[in-house]
Amino acid sequence: MKRRVLHAYLTEAKYESLRMLRAPSFAVPFLLIPVMVYLLMGVVFFGAALRHDPKAAIGVFAGLTVFGMMGPGMFGFGVAVAMEREHGYLKLRRALPAPRAGYFVAKMCMAMLFNAIIMVTMIAAALWVARLPLGWTQMASLAGINIVGALPFCAIGLFIGVLVSGSASPGFVNLVYLPMMWLSGLFIPLPKSLAGAAPVWPAYHLLQLSLGALGQPAAGSAMMHAAVLAGVTLALFAAAVERLARAGGG
Amino acid sequence: MGRLTIGPQDTILPHSLVDDSMDNECLAELRGVSKRFGKIRALDGLDLQVQPGELLALLGPNGAGKTTAISIPLGLAAPDSGVARLCDRRQIGVMMQEVALTDELRVHEHIDLVASYYPAPLTVAAAMEMTHTTAIANRPYGKLSGGQKRQAQFAMAICGRPKLLFLDEPTAGLDVQARQTLWDTLGELVRSGTAVVLTTHYLEEAEALADHVAVLTKGRLIASGTVSEIRAVVGRKRISCVSTLAAEQIGTWPGVDSVDRDRRQLHITARDAEDVVRRLLAADGQLQELEVRRAGLAEAFTELTQEACS
Repeated sequence: MKRRVLHAYLTEAKYESLRMLRAPSFAVPFLLIPVMVYLLMGVVFFGAALRHDPKAAIGVFAGLTVFGMMGPGMFGFGVAVAMEREHGYLKLRRALPAPRAGYFVAKMCMAMLFNAIIMVTMIAAALWVARLPLGWTQMASLAGINIVGALPFCAIGLFIGVLVSGSASPGFVNLVYLPMMWLSGLFIPLPKSLAGAAPVWPAYHLLQLSLGALGQPAAGSAMMHAAVLAGVTLALFAAAVERLARAGGG
Repeated sequence: MGRLTIGPQDTILPHSLVDDSMDNECLAELRGVSKRFGKIRALDGLDLQVQPGELLALLGPNGAGKTTAISIPLGLAAPDSGVARLCDRRQIGVMMQEVALTDELRVHEHIDLVASYYPAPLTVAAAMEMTHTTAIANRPYGKLSGGQKRQAQFAMAICGRPKLLFLDEPTAGLDVQARQTLWDTLGELVRSGTAVVLTTHYLEEAEALADHVAVLTKGRLIASGTVSEIRAVVGRKRISCVSTLAAEQIGTWPGVDSVDRDRRQLHITARDAEDVVRRLLAADGQLQELEVRRAGLAEAFTELTQEACS
């Protein structure tokens, strides 16, 4: 890749991250809520019980890290793309000699940066507050899997962002975000009647990979989960980019 | 009628629609371009061309097709028929009419981002100095006034050292001083060889800046020429008075383009208003409520359109 093009990608990623970090309506909830929920559930409410059940404690931690990974990608793409499409920014970008993929890469980098920050805070809380019996290698492995494994959430957000208007986008993103949060088994073991449908959600597959990284039993094979996540990412990215190009917005 | 043409070619239409005979000096070109949006005909067989160092003003009332005329060479809208050509995209700068940028980024950051797309951009400081935006460099874009936002967008448009600038209503929302500053900067750019295509509905803007004016109405190029040629066409005046003189008789006088009677009122459109007024006063000693005013641009466009259709 030419140096100039690489510079354009890096500059775009830098400013996309900077502007999201400066937006309190985005940065505050997505950076703080996961660790706050973890401290409430894993320490304040159920800390005493979980101290005697390390397996459950690790399960709660893994589930909440996956929950943390969902927001930046889904909302950072979903709402931002819908708004920027509606407000003519994508049109301006298209008229300029901006690298076409730079827009998406920048948003992915932003989501991964947010997720990295979330992982650092949650790992710190797990090791130093909840005192989970986990090593640095396991934590690093979990962070790597979660940060990369969040790409399907970016793809879901992007797909919604190219379909709906800016004002409708938060509602539509929540329409996927909230059911996925509850029905993937991130917070509580699902009843049998719902557990069978959990694999339809990408968060379920990322949770299984996360549990595996922490040495916990996980359903299905890691390869299968990784394939599902990669498939969802590629399919939705491709559909969204095609739709954007057809609509003259990207 | 001129053609809109703009440098070396970067095909923006399906190859079958591209004519390779475009002059290499030309930076952008529209040839016989038509475009409809539903039932609305936005462009109707438009031919335009832009040469290096030329400032072309696309003049017309709202809805005339000006924005569509620059959207097509930029590749933002596909023509239904005709050919559009544009030079290397890395040689163009763009300022669009309705675009919302990220509120959280500061002005110098927005300029830095756009500059990163170009092979040999100005430094951010130089772009801000040139556009007189240094004072707002550290202000978040969302905290700027409407006029300051346009100034920041102008700095973004020129930061890549473009050979061709597309400016869509660049001075809309600017105060008098900011508008003059933008005009001065544009003048410098044109003198240094940059071609500019700007859309405007301000006659004085075209007059202050343009080498070449193309007047659009309902997607058609109804007049094209130098500023003085266009001024001569739209330099008519409107005379109103209460008089018993016959409209048909006045219509035969030299310098009179048209006469309408509305009950007691006569409405005369004239190229030579002073002579017509003298003659009116001499012919009707009882003449009352005399009023002479410059035909507005909208009236001039109406007249031009009527002439184009007649």
